[in-house]
Amino acid sequence: MSITQGHVRIQNLSLHLGQAKNRFQALDRVNFEIQPGEFICLLGPSGCGKSTLLGALAGHLSISSGALTVDNESILEPHPDRGLVFQQHTLFPWKSVLENIAFGLKMKGIAKQKRIEQAKRMVDLVGLKGFEHKFPAELSGGMQQRVEIARVLINQPRILLMDEPFGALDAQTRLKMQMLLLEIWQEIQTSVLFITHDIDEALFLADRVLIMSHRPGRIIEEISLKFERPRDVDLVTSSEFTAIKKHCIQTLKEATQQEELSRLNPLGLGKKSQIKEYE
Amino acid sequence: MSSLVQTKTKNQSTFLIRFYGQLRTYQAHFKNYVIAFTSIAFWIVIWQGLAQFKINLGIVNFSNVPTPLDVIHALWAFFQLSTAFEHVESSVFRVVVGFVLAALIGVGIGLLAGRYQKLAAFLMPPLEVLRPIPAVAWIPLAILIFPSSEASMIFITFIGALFPILLNTVHGVGAVDPRLVASAKSLGASDLAIIYEVIIPGALPNIITGLSIGMGTCWFCLVTAEMISGQHGIGYFTWESFTLQNYSNIVVGMVLIGALGMFSSSLVRVIGNRFTPWYQLRKS
Repeated sequence: MSITQGHVRIQNLSLHLGQAKNRFQALDRVNFEIQPGEFICLLGPSGCGKSTLLGALAGHLSISSGALTVDNESILEPHPDRGLVFQQHTLFPWKSVLENIAFGLKMKGIAKQKRIEQAKRMVDLVGLKGFEHKFPAELSGGMQQRVEIARVLINQPRILLMDEPFGALDAQTRLKMQMLLLEIWQEIQTSVLFITHDIDEALFLADRVLIMSHRPGRIIEEISLKFERPRDVDLVTSSEFTAIKKHCIQTLKEATQQEELSRLNPLGLGKKSQIKEYE
Repeated sequence: MSSLVQTKTKNQSTFLIRFYGQLRTYQAHFKNYVIAFTSIAFWIVIWQGLAQFKINLGIVNFSNVPTPLDVIHALWAFFQLSTAFEHVESSVFRVVVGFVLAALIGVGIGLLAGRYQKLAAFLMPPLEVLRPIPAVAWIPLAILIFPSSEASMIFITFIGALFPILLNTVHGVGAVDPRLVASAKSLGASDLAIIYEVIIPGALPNIITGLSIGMGTCWFCLVTAEMISGQHGIGYFTWESFTLQNYSNIVVGMVLIGALGMFSSSLVRVIGNRFTPWYQLRKS
């Protein structure tokens, strides 16, 4: 079965953040495509604009120039077609697990009984049976992220946008969640753009890893991963894996060095030095 | 068989642990009640002493202050009055009407002002100017504006409750996590849906705090309101007792207002907590 939905195209995307004097360029002519059903991990040093890119794709940030399309439709505003998962969960604290998951369907105007039924199926998918009527505050961090993922997936998004979703979890839970995510992804076959600064995580999950430079973020490297699926934890210790990992570490290091060089450039100076110039 | 016995003892022990745990929390509560009661009793005894021996300390003079015992007698006498119920009833009516109006308008404006900054820039400045004006200062205008004295009295209690409710609502809306709003948008929520699915429940704990404080200030302003006129009401009764130099009854009025105010405030809080079980969870 070939997947037809979830073709994302990012063309010459530049994006500025901040107001007036504090305005700076976060993204610089970013170009890449995500094929339908493809799992892409975006690696980069912190503050490089990875999350900004995700925000733009979600429709929460407006772009300065370039084009963003999903299945040839321009991205103008947030839409359930593009499900966004944050690092810290954004579940509604006043809604039960089931109500949180069913929220998207409620917004579509689907009748209560029907949406609860579908939400229950999602609860099963993310392995949270027995927790349907708990509030988010009663769940562990890993469980909260599972609910978050289920809440997004119930809308059958064309693409799943994940912003370091397991970054706040302990190592054990993180591994579990990675396996679970791969399982779910294999079942529902949506495109995924997964942001992380953890090289192991990126290589373990992705079909393709993109590496971003320091701010303003550009794509500086693209690595296709041919590891067989379903993937196993042993993969992480294989020689092929470590070789690619070494390469990634090197690339990220270089990205950081370039950034340090550019800091010496007067055009790239921070706020404080600029004030000095005007004095 | 042996395993069966074992599970039974295990159940029993967990039951006992829970039982003792429960008992300990009751004990803790009980201790707090004892402390609270002792504290109140202590000050009543001090008051009795000061009033009974007509202590005159120069700056403060207790010779005309009724003793707690006098007050208890007067309280008893108050409830023997044929008009006692009418006094309480008219006061409760004024407070409830003023409070409900303040709740509707305060929460309504608060939600709008908290959500839309431009609207806040338009709505809030005049309200900020009005806020420091005490209820007492409103009396002459209230009499001029409203045709009936009942309406002007309700207006005074309304003014008392409006600002705490309004400001807490604005604050509550401002405190809603913007990521929740972004998430709701991503999940397909319309602007209206964001207000009733995210903003209102998110601000609800603060709104409840505002309502509870507002209920208190309503009673606070009651004496002021009932100074205007009327034949009934606890505030009126208190004010009349002062003009008639019936000092025990002043304290009776004060005690009644205090008790009713405390009771209704905690009633608002208890009802509010019922609506926010998730928030109680987060606090513990």
